[in-house]
Amino acid sequence: MKGWMGKIRVLFLLSLLTFILSGCGKENLTAFLPKGYGAEVSLDLIILPLVVMVFVFLVVMAIFVFVLVRFRQKKGQEDFIPKQTEGNKVLEVVWTAIPILLLLIIAVPTVQATFDLADESSKGDALNINVTGNQYWWHFNYDEQDIQTSQDLYIPTGERVYLNMMSSDVIHSFWVPSITGKMDTNPENENTMYIEANEEGVYYGKCAEFCGPSHSLMDFKIIAVSPEEFETWVADMQNVDPEETVAQDATEAVQEGRELFDEYSCINCHAIGSSPTAIGPNLTNFGDRTKVAGVIPSAVDEQYSKEDLVNWILNPDELKPGNKMTDAGYLSDESFGEEEASKIADYLMQLQPSEITPDDAGEGLTVEQ
Amino acid sequence: MSQDHTLNPEVMPSEPEKATLEGKNKFLGFWFFLGGETVLFASLFGTYLALQGSTMGDNTPEKLFGLGLVFIMTMLLLTSSLTSVYAIYHMKNNDFRKMQLWLGITVILGFTFLGFEIYEFYHYIHGYEFTFRSSAFGSAFYTLVGFHGGHVLFGLLWIVTLMVRNAKRGLNLYNAPKFYIASLYWHFIDVVWVFIFTVVYLMGVI
Amino acid sequence: MSSTTMTQKQGFAATLWDYLTTVDHKKIAVLYLIGGGFFFILGGLEALAIRIQLIQPNNDFVSNGFYNEIMTMHGTTMIFLAAMPLIFALMNAVVPLQIGARDVAFPFLNSLGFWLFAFGGILLNCSWFLGGAPDAGWTAYAPLSVVSPGHGVDFYVLGLQISGAGTLIAGINFLVTIINMRAPGMTYMRMPLFTWTTFVVSALILFAFPALTIGLFLLMFDRLFGSGFFDASLGGNSIIWEHLFWIFGHPEVYILILPAFGVFSEVIPTFSKKRLFGYTAMVFATVLIGFLGFMVWAHHMFTVGMGPAANSIFAVATMAIAVPTGIKIFNWLFTLWGGNIKINSAMLWSLGFIPSFTIGGMTGVMVATAPADYQYHDSYFVVAHFHYVIVGGVVFAIFAGLHYWWPKMFGKILNETLGKITFWTFFFGFHLTFMIQHFLGLMGMPRRYAVYLPNQELELGNVISTIGAFLMAFGAIVFVINIIVTTTKGEQVSGDPWNGRTLEWAIPNPVPHYNFKQLPLVRGLDALWIEKTEGRKELAPAEPLDDIHMPNPSILPFVMSLGLFIAGFGFIYQVDHPSWLIVLFIGMGITLGTMFIRSIKDDHGHHIHKEDLDEEAR
Repeated sequence: MKGWMGKIRVLFLLSLLTFILSGCGKENLTAFLPKGYGAEVSLDLIILPLVVMVFVFLVVMAIFVFVLVRFRQKKGQEDFIPKQTEGNKVLEVVWTAIPILLLLIIAVPTVQATFDLADESSKGDALNINVTGNQYWWHFNYDEQDIQTSQDLYIPTGERVYLNMMSSDVIHSFWVPSITGKMDTNPENENTMYIEANEEGVYYGKCAEFCGPSHSLMDFKIIAVSPEEFETWVADMQNVDPEETVAQDATEAVQEGRELFDEYSCINCHAIGSSPTAIGPNLTNFGDRTKVAGVIPSAVDEQYSKEDLVNWILNPDELKPGNKMTDAGYLSDESFGEEEASKIADYLMQLQPSEITPDDAGEGLTVEQ
Repeated sequence: MSQDHTLNPEVMPSEPEKATLEGKNKFLGFWFFLGGETVLFASLFGTYLALQGSTMGDNTPEKLFGLGLVFIMTMLLLTSSLTSVYAIYHMKNNDFRKMQLWLGITVILGFTFLGFEIYEFYHYIHGYEFTFRSSAFGSAFYTLVGFHGGHVLFGLLWIVTLMVRNAKRGLNLYNAPKFYIASLYWHFIDVVWVFIFTVVYLMGVI
Repeated sequence: MSSTTMTQKQGFAATLWDYLTTVDHKKIAVLYLIGGGFFFILGGLEALAIRIQLIQPNNDFVSNGFYNEIMTMHGTTMIFLAAMPLIFALMNAVVPLQIGARDVAFPFLNSLGFWLFAFGGILLNCSWFLGGAPDAGWTAYAPLSVVSPGHGVDFYVLGLQISGAGTLIAGINFLVTIINMRAPGMTYMRMPLFTWTTFVVSALILFAFPALTIGLFLLMFDRLFGSGFFDASLGGNSIIWEHLFWIFGHPEVYILILPAFGVFSEVIPTFSKKRLFGYTAMVFATVLIGFLGFMVWAHHMFTVGMGPAANSIFAVATMAIAVPTGIKIFNWLFTLWGGNIKINSAMLWSLGFIPSFTIGGMTGVMVATAPADYQYHDSYFVVAHFHYVIVGGVVFAIFAGLHYWWPKMFGKILNETLGKITFWTFFFGFHLTFMIQHFLGLMGMPRRYAVYLPNQELELGNVISTIGAFLMAFGAIVFVINIIVTTTKGEQVSGDPWNGRTLEWAIPNPVPHYNFKQLPLVRGLDALWIEKTEGRKELAPAEPLDDIHMPNPSILPFVMSLGLFIAGFGFIYQVDHPSWLIVLFIGMGITLGTMFIRSIKDDHGHHIHKEDLDEEAR
């Protein structure tokens, strides 16, 4: 099935391009340009029924248009009474049987693909990552590697990675359209799904199950790097010592920021290093991320600035309504002001434990080292 | 009045509950209503079965339920179903006094059942501190059994209202369907209890 | 209360009292039309607010929280308070006439059903003024709906519980009406398709709504009484809500669409001057769709993690529904084939329905394909799909039905020019709004997003969609103007302006409140058409002229519903302060008290005497 599906897929995309002026959407976001196994399977099963259905639609429209042109009431014929046909058994059988056949054409690959995408036979040998959906951010726990991180999910290309997903509060849904379809994160049971990225890149992910006021601000990313780069990243992340997160030659502001981070209890919710604390996002490689809180600044290709970060620390509720940091103590503490926020920002932005950054995964995105 | 004449015939027809169009409509409509009630209880049973094991460690069905009490309750309700059959039998024979008598026995059995159920709940709450809020199992148990108990109470009040309202005037084609569907309702409650006895208590203990 | 008094001018208070107490199915139809129409406008305004907010990325027309309230209320209002009541308006107006009955089986319950819907809807919308509307989506997935702060979701729970009870009552009423009240000779296989769809839909209501009732109870217990059904920390399971909701929710889709099919099956034969092609197959397909409608609920839950076996079963079962639906489409096409097609507003909506709904059905098969649905699910593709089905099917049918039966309900034909303006703007706007949303979804736009971010190539599609929404709004406004113009300036027409085929057109205008002086004798499908082809103008009576038994009007349904409305506030606010329990008890007392009164007070109805009927005839 793969071979001819591939050809149809190319044909389909070409014809689609001519139809939509705006193209197929943003690369690495749209489901029309699959970059991962799941998305490819899905696209095949988007195209196949679509082709069948367009055929049916054309048949219906051909009859429809013909009937309207041919049998529309003509002037002077208002009182004409046509023959009162009761029906036609042969026709009824035809338009019952043909759709059943057409549906079988769709149903067989559907069932195959459903089982294929749920295959867990290689789970034991594969990289397993525990994914937790939270209001409104994502946590990733590489249990075997003893790495905790948030918002950016690093994976190696060309291999199956199993995601074991749960939610810490309400139901969320993990969706990276160009890599794979959705899977819900439920509060009471774990769901498993595998993903496989075909090529390196930064892929945009979204929460797809309505989860509250900031549902639309729960973006995250998959950073797919080569297996070698991934190993480097793992080693770098494992090397992080939570006590030694400030560089030797760091400025005074960074040093102070480190202290303020403890003083205002940021550390109670935000772990740095492999601590399992995940009340708020883990910040181990915060300096390597391209966004604050997953969505700031909101234009996807833009890298955040220090201003953005300070603004976020001071006004979390304005930027992401309903998030937990709104209740944090520092916000009601009068001694906390822009200066403190600025120093904490300095500290956070130099948290760059790995030489592997989104930069290594693809063009268009730059992280200032 | 023609009305009186049509509703109080000299001889009661063999199926007085379906002798008028209104009666027929009531009869059919009530059966449909019971169909809806079946889905209602099926949803509750489904929920209960899904949450049966969510006891949060203590107060499991095995620990809580005693079959002795529940068996007595089942017998009470089954008997009351039988007595309501007698009542409808006498209704069809146009013997109003005997119908009232058997309905009275049905009501007494029903209230006794309800008394036992209240005792049972009281016992769980005070003896085991097993409440509506203690676990998902608790919520599901009290909701399912409580919904049934609520139905029993409503049925009892309904039958009593009918008995009192019609005590002085006897049977006619206007109130015969009312008695009939009340007894249908009572049978339905009984059937639901049989399922509760099986699914909740028997399967819970074994 | 003969029809002579109806022509006399009544005072406003008398008219109001008449409608508050009426048990006449034709007046209840008007009440449903007013109530459903009002909520349709409200839901439409909410839709416009949604589209204005999404006209550009990061828009701040409304805040995220408020957007969620608007989005939730748009869905809830349109499904429960607009589409269903408007369909009930048509059913009430038409079905008793089509089967040759003088009223429905339970006129009192008919009135109760309406007032429960009305008070439920009002209760739900009171939330706007009392601290905020529900904000957990119309599907109210737990645990989000359990933890949602404020009282919004409480209003959702109680509002829907009350109006849902009304719907259930209406369903039972139509079932019994259609089984027991058909005129002599009106066998099941002679019933018009609209009656058939009403019949099947009523059965769906009966078996689907109790699941919602229980779901709402569980949610209410969790929110207001501290139970743990959906609370993972007490061992609860939020997936139960999803199952209960969709066991109700999927049949609900067919509850909406089957009557729409019924409307088109009346309009298309009438204006093609042809008998419905394949009547038996149409009936069979209707029943089959209703039956399959209960087997497929979990296709709303492909991404929940049910496992590949369950996903496959539900995917294939869902695809199966395309077969009977296809049968219907082709039968309509072949009804048109060889006909003498007159295109007026009612027919335009029916013709516009065919391509629109076919697209909705196509995307229906596409979303049933589970592995593809992992991409479609909860994206704008799904939003586009269900709007194609519900607007392209149900709303088009409501417009078609209103144009078609307006002369039967109000004695006047809606203005054709305005009707055509409405159709073309609405039709064009509809496709403009929703076609592009298929693509937006696959381009990575999830549904229920209060904002979307810039620079993701989602801007153009959203602008187009918003423009379309305004065209639809324009069309709807023209329709309201049409109603006003027709009511004030339109001319009375005869009882059979369309050269109709079914029984309702055999009755003179205005319809007497007892419908048929003598019950007609039905001799086949399209009963009136049969008589016409044999040169008669009306049906032969099946009974001698005699006294007519009619039900008495009653204020009790109104009071019963009012009691529940009051009790609703008690339920909601008792968590804040126990003194609200008093309100709860007062409300329940009113309801149970009126039920008690209804039970002990005999209501034998009244008779219209033969002599009065004779006099009227002269």
